[in-house]
Amino acid sequence: MTDLTDLSIAQARDLLAKGDLSSKELTQAQVTSMEGKRELNAFITETPDKALEMAEASDTRRAKGETGKLEGIPVAIKDLFCTKDVLTTAGSHILDGFRPFYESSVTTNMFREGAVMLGKTNLDEFAMGSGNLTSYYGGAINPWRAKGDNRNLVPGGSSGGSASAVAGRMALGATGTDTGGSIRQPAAFTGIVGLKPTYGRCSRWGIVAFASSLDQAGPMTRSVRDSAIMLGAMAGHDPKDSTSADIAVPDFEEGLNGGVKGLTIGIPKEYRVDGMPEEIETLWQQGIKWLEEQGARTVEISLPHTKYALPAYYIVAPAEASSNLARYDGVKFGLRVESDDLTEMYEKTRAEGFGAEVKRRVLIGTYVLSAGYYDAYYLQAQKVRTRIADDFKQAWQQVDAILTPATPSAAFSADDPPSDPLAMYLNDVFTVPVNLAGLPGISVPAGLTGDGLPMGLQVIGKAFDEATVLRIGQSLEDAAGFDARPEGY
Amino acid sequence: MSLDKATVARISRLARIATTEEEQERLAGELGGILAWVEQLGEVDTDGVEPMTSVVEMLLKSREDVVSDGGIADDVVRNAPKSAHGFFVVPKVVE
Repeated sequence: MTDLTDLSIAQARDLLAKGDLSSKELTQAQVTSMEGKRELNAFITETPDKALEMAEASDTRRAKGETGKLEGIPVAIKDLFCTKDVLTTAGSHILDGFRPFYESSVTTNMFREGAVMLGKTNLDEFAMGSGNLTSYYGGAINPWRAKGDNRNLVPGGSSGGSASAVAGRMALGATGTDTGGSIRQPAAFTGIVGLKPTYGRCSRWGIVAFASSLDQAGPMTRSVRDSAIMLGAMAGHDPKDSTSADIAVPDFEEGLNGGVKGLTIGIPKEYRVDGMPEEIETLWQQGIKWLEEQGARTVEISLPHTKYALPAYYIVAPAEASSNLARYDGVKFGLRVESDDLTEMYEKTRAEGFGAEVKRRVLIGTYVLSAGYYDAYYLQAQKVRTRIADDFKQAWQQVDAILTPATPSAAFSADDPPSDPLAMYLNDVFTVPVNLAGLPGISVPAGLTGDGLPMGLQVIGKAFDEATVLRIGQSLEDAAGFDARPEGY
Repeated sequence: MSLDKATVARISRLARIATTEEEQERLAGELGGILAWVEQLGEVDTDGVEPMTSVVEMLLKSREDVVSDGGIADDVVRNAPKSAHGFFVVPKVVE
């Protein structure tokens, strides 16, 4: 049998179904792997005992003929999902010791479908970052390294720990959340698949909130099929999240191999940005060719407001964050810095509990929402957001989906990140418009740079049309035949 | 757009985040840079454009106005740094 840490979810599911493998064996292999790769700092909290207990319970259920969509599959959970009685940190000092007494809806759904939790993965503090450099627990490390270079690379962010865990063969899949690219960018940086579903496809209940109109949970896996399987177990209407969509969850695996024949794919000319490395452009052209060779028609389209997506995002997201993060005040959970005065207690707690990037965003958000500035910043940004969404609506008149690069570069060094916050924000230039418009997007690993680092292609689809996004993703995966893996992992 | 230290001090106060004078100095530069960059949004013609309020076109659902949860005061205060008799405890606010 192949190494149990190399199995895809689909392969493991088949072996489990045939009785050739128990969840306990499969889970033990991941636990051993997780415990042996702590240098990647992928997990903030490991839960091996809980994992083995859940695996045994799964094996018992299976013996009785009860099996869910993720029955017995060990996965990692981003530490932004509240998990009952298990430390939940959001990568922040301010949530010190927080053990929720409830379970997020997404993890509830996954556990109902038989998933086994291995632990909670590292992330940028409150999911604010593109390099896993803002975690209070130190950043997760990318299992990939550039050829002939020993420096550690970032796994991307914010779901960097999940990306590192999946690429480093510590979990068969992991949950992520994506507010501006936090699933797709780390997936691209680590050579795995990451899917951000349509806003409303997965419940946000019990996920530590960053920007409520943008946040969406999704799967991070080693194959497109695995993402289809995992999304099926995560998604669904939830009365506890009024923005979760009350529409049927299709079988995302069905039709996965339907191919792209007859589809029209848009190639947005505005995604050719200044200073983009030649390798990314070449990969994009290759992606276009792959889809054409498989019978799709590609057309150039225009999404004229693309360049305004990042600045609009950096008003909307901080504004919503400043409101959402008001709850961390030293009263209800986590850290408290004592003082005799209530206001001073708030101020000291938040000064000590939040890191620099979180403070920066809360302050920006406070400023743009403050009296006299609301119309000029927030209202204008929300109007621009309508424009951006309209660009996509216009495109759907003509095309079934859109193909772009996932990121403007491959992973960068953890020791030498962009020093300017604005340069860091550019990482999300291709992913942010998708969140602003609430659309589904997938990042599929499609090639290596000359330095041997993975690069991804992004497919963007119509609202609630994850099925087409996955189908095109599968075609790209088939054509790319990406089988490179990080050395030593 | 440049921000001065006094503005940073004012918004830190609004956000209830204590900042030192040194931090205010640094933040004035950083936040000013970000605000200058987002100002390009002013170039976009938004005459007659409605601000986005819901990213996916759907109506918010309403539910029956009945109690569906509760009686879990101990759980609610379980994670509080300080609690007593099912209440959160804060520094004295009235004399």
